[in-house]
Formats: sequence, C-alpha cells, structure tokens
Amino acid sequence: MKTPLAAWENTWTTRLGAYFPGERVVLRGRDLFTELKDLSWIGLLIYGITGNIPDQKSVRLLNGIWTLATSYPDPRIWNNRIGALAGTARSTATLGVSAGIAITEAVVYGLQPVLGATQLLIDVRERLDRGDELADVIARRLEQPCDDNNQRRLAALPGFGRPVSSRDERIAPLMRLAEELGFAQGSSVSLAFKIEETLLQSGRSKLYLNVAGLMAALLSDQGYTPAQQYQLCVLCSSGGMLFCAADAAAQPQGRFFPMRCSSIKYRGKASRQWKTDET
Amino acid sequence: MEESIESAFWQEYAEADNPFAATKCRCAGYDVYGDLLDKVNWIEYLYLLFHTEAPTAQQVKLLNGLAVAIANPGPRDYSVHAAMAAGAGGSTLASALMAALAVGAGNLGGARDVYQALLVWERCGSDFSQWLPVLRHWQEQQQALPVSTWPAPEHPPGFDPNGVSCPAPVRQTLTYLADNTIAERLLWLRENRYQLEAEAGLPLAFSGVAAAAFADLGCSPQQAEMLYLLLRLPGAAAHALEQLQLGPKSFPFHRHGIDLDNDPGPAGGEAR
Repeated sequence: MKTPLAAWENTWTTRLGAYFPGERVVLRGRDLFTELKDLSWIGLLIYGITGNIPDQKSVRLLNGIWTLATSYPDPRIWNNRIGALAGTARSTATLGVSAGIAITEAVVYGLQPVLGATQLLIDVRERLDRGDELADVIARRLEQPCDDNNQRRLAALPGFGRPVSSRDERIAPLMRLAEELGFAQGSSVSLAFKIEETLLQSGRSKLYLNVAGLMAALLSDQGYTPAQQYQLCVLCSSGGMLFCAADAAAQPQGRFFPMRCSSIKYRGKASRQWKTDET
Repeated sequence: MEESIESAFWQEYAEADNPFAATKCRCAGYDVYGDLLDKVNWIEYLYLLFHTEAPTAQQVKLLNGLAVAIANPGPRDYSVHAAMAAGAGGSTLASALMAALAVGAGNLGGARDVYQALLVWERCGSDFSQWLPVLRHWQEQQQALPVSTWPAPEHPPGFDPNGVSCPAPVRQTLTYLADNTIAERLLWLRENRYQLEAEAGLPLAFSGVAAAAFADLGCSPQQAEMLYLLLRLPGAAAHALEQLQLGPKSFPFHRHGIDLDNDPGPAGGEAR
C-alpha cells in the first residue's frame, strides 16, 4: 500500500483562487481588481461562498440580517462577553473577537440553531410532501429524546423558542426588510410561520419563531445550501463583539462585572487533606 | 442582587479586607495553596480538577505517560503547523495557541476524533463483534446523525485514513501505556490491533491510543476531548516560539504550489 499523501505534497489544485505576488488576485475565476472591484463586502462574501455574483436584493437581505439580527451591542450576551472580557482584561480586540466568533458555534444560540433550523425546514417540507400533517410532524419532533449522556444537544425544534425571552424582537424588523425586498412570502418563510402558528395553537406558548429560524428560512428561500447558510453566518456576530471589546477597553481595567469570592456557590466535597501516599 | 456561579469542585474564601480577593481556594475539598502546592505534581492536580478525586499511582502513571506521548505532535502536524504559521508572521502568542486548538480540534486525528472514539468505546467496550459494524460501516452510520456544524466524520475514529501502517511511536506508546494494571482497554487494543486495523482498512493513530487511555482513566467523551486539546498544546507552543525567532523566510510558503483550474490569466478581467 502506498501513501496517498505523496501526490499532494507540492500542489494544491483548486478553483477558489490565488494571489499572484505583485500582479493580481483571482477569486473563483474572476479578477478581483477589475471584475469584482465594485462588490460590497457582503457581496464579495456571497460570491466567495457561492461562486455567483449576487443581485442587489440578495446583498441587501444578507446585509440586513447582519445589521438587524446578529451584532447586538450588549456585553451580557455570551459571545459578546468574550469581547468585553478581552477588553477589560486588556487583551487585544482581535483575540477577543476571534474567540467570540468561535464560541458562537453554540447550541442554545448562534450557528448551530441556524443550521438546525435549516435542516428542520427541509425535513418538515419532506414530511409534508409525503402527505403528513404539520401538527403530527411537529409532535413527533418534540417527542424525540434529545438528551443522551448529558451531552448538550440542539432543541427539538431549532429556530423556535429562546433561552432569555419567548418573543424575538428581531422578527418584525427583519420581516419589514423582507417585505420591502419581496422575500416575505417565500416558501420557507411561510413554512416557518406555519410551524409557529401550529405550535402556538397546540398550547406551546413559548415556542415563537426566533431569529435563527427566520434567518434559516430567508436564506433557504435564496437557494443557499445548508452549508452555505452556515458559512454566510460564521462572521455575522463579529460586530457586536468588537463594539463590546472596544467599549470595555476604554473603561478602567478589570471593571466588567467583577465577581466576589462569595459569588461562587460551592456544592462539592467537604474540606479534606491530601495524603502524600494518596497516589 | 449578587449573581452567582455554581461549582462542584472549586470554592473560595475572601480576604478580610477584600471580598474580590481569595484568601483560600479549595479544589474538590483540598486547600490548593495551603496543602496541595507542596504535595502534588501537575498530573495529579490535573486529574483532580477533572475527576474531583485523587488519582491512584496507576492513574498518574497512565495520564503522565499519555501527556508525554502527545505533548508534541511535531511541526508537520496540522495543529502545530497552525501555531507555527502564527509564529512565522509574528502574531500574538495567544493566537498561536488558538490556532493550534482550532486546527487540532477536528475529526482528522484531532480532539473530535478522540471524542468520537470515546463514544465507540462506550458503545462497544472490549467486544470485537460490536466493533465490526463500526469499522466497516462508519460513514453510513454518520449520515443518520443529527445535523451539526462539525463535518461528518469520514473515517472510523482513532484510525489514520491517510496512513499506510501503524507508525512506531504509536505502537511504542500503546505498548508502554498498556503496561498498567488499569489499562484494560489499552491492553485489549494492543492485543486486537491487527484485526481492528484489518477491518478498518486503516492503521491505528495516536488519537486511537489516546482514546483508549482516556477511557481507562474513566473520562467522559467530553473530558477526553478537552484533555486531548490541552495536552497537545506544549509542542505547539514551543514550535511557535521557535518559528517566531526564525521568521517567515524559513517557513513553507509553496510559492508555486497553487494549481488554479480556472485562472482567467493576466488579461482575463479586461478581456471578459
């Protein structure tokens, strides 16, 4: 048996692009400095991920999602908190934002619910196409066990419900933008609201559509694959973290919600002494 | 209102003059600075932090051996290479370790591989017949799993999809670690390695040995994933520091290494 690695040792074959030092840059077969120069950053992001030059409406939609829904200036939110903690601990903003983006791949908020909601919409639509009733499909999802081995798992219905409050204040402004752009009646958006309506009618009063669910629906209606939706959202919360990092850096060091020793509620083993022959 | 943090292993008492400074810290009931500091070594303390009980001599030997074996995957390893890329460009040192963690977290011989392997140990134990479907049909089984931001694993965990045969350092580590009275799974792995490799069609990797060791240490899949991330950092740190001194000129760039399938050429943009 031969190693498969030798063939890759000196060459990386790709259609993504390359930089020709001192000369030019190619991204997905187009010259950055001539053909892509007028794209906005969000437009470049969509092009770099999908390979398609987006129209202005698609750019405005993704830009609106980023602006309205993903970069709150609140350092209490878990991923933003990393920015604020980096600032107050006098680390760098880049480190704080980088780590903040990393923790955004969370279960109760952020990227996993967006991806989970995308898949949920695909699964539910498949069931409905097979003739199932929406209420039955939802009930079956909610009945599935979602806890094994104490592992943290996505909610049974990602995109619905919220950890801090039940109503998501981002739905209305994002839907106003969707209306303006003509995306409010897309099939995935309609399905998302139908799921919400069915949940509320069945007495699950806290399971309102949340912004992850609406983002997934809007992006699905744009024709992005689940993987592309995830990729389009990887950086979307970076603004909030950066604002929080800069704000905390401008305040006295170590003042961001300091905690006193008594705030640690210990519920472990009683006081004991290490025996040197213990090991 | 005072907000709180709950902990089952960490307790602090405040200094008389400052409620924000600890005068005493206890780890799982032991006074860290008044008792443990001159009695425990780092491996014992590490075990205590994760398990909240003192390790036995066999557990210390096993965790210490594993920590030495995986401390430096070497500069060709992708996680270490990531840290070195940070060093080459003169990046912050924290970013070097973050880079090593990010790259070393994955399914290909990284911490996620160890996590997945721990799940296999939980499911199959030392029963060869239980391992067979895992080794033969791993990829199909992964497609049935819930959606995740983690890429679906492409090979049975703990094995090297790009390997040819099991390298000597992996075999040496397995042999050494299995020589321990608590090394039940490691011993089974050593005795069954050839058959497992034959079924997987792949050689055993460091991550597979590490996973068996973590299972013998009573670690959960998440504890194992975390410890694997942590214990592989020393080499990344040392290589990043070395590269920081060497700079970018003695670091691979592959100047002619990109083969672009769809290059429009220098006049491509204007000509289109």
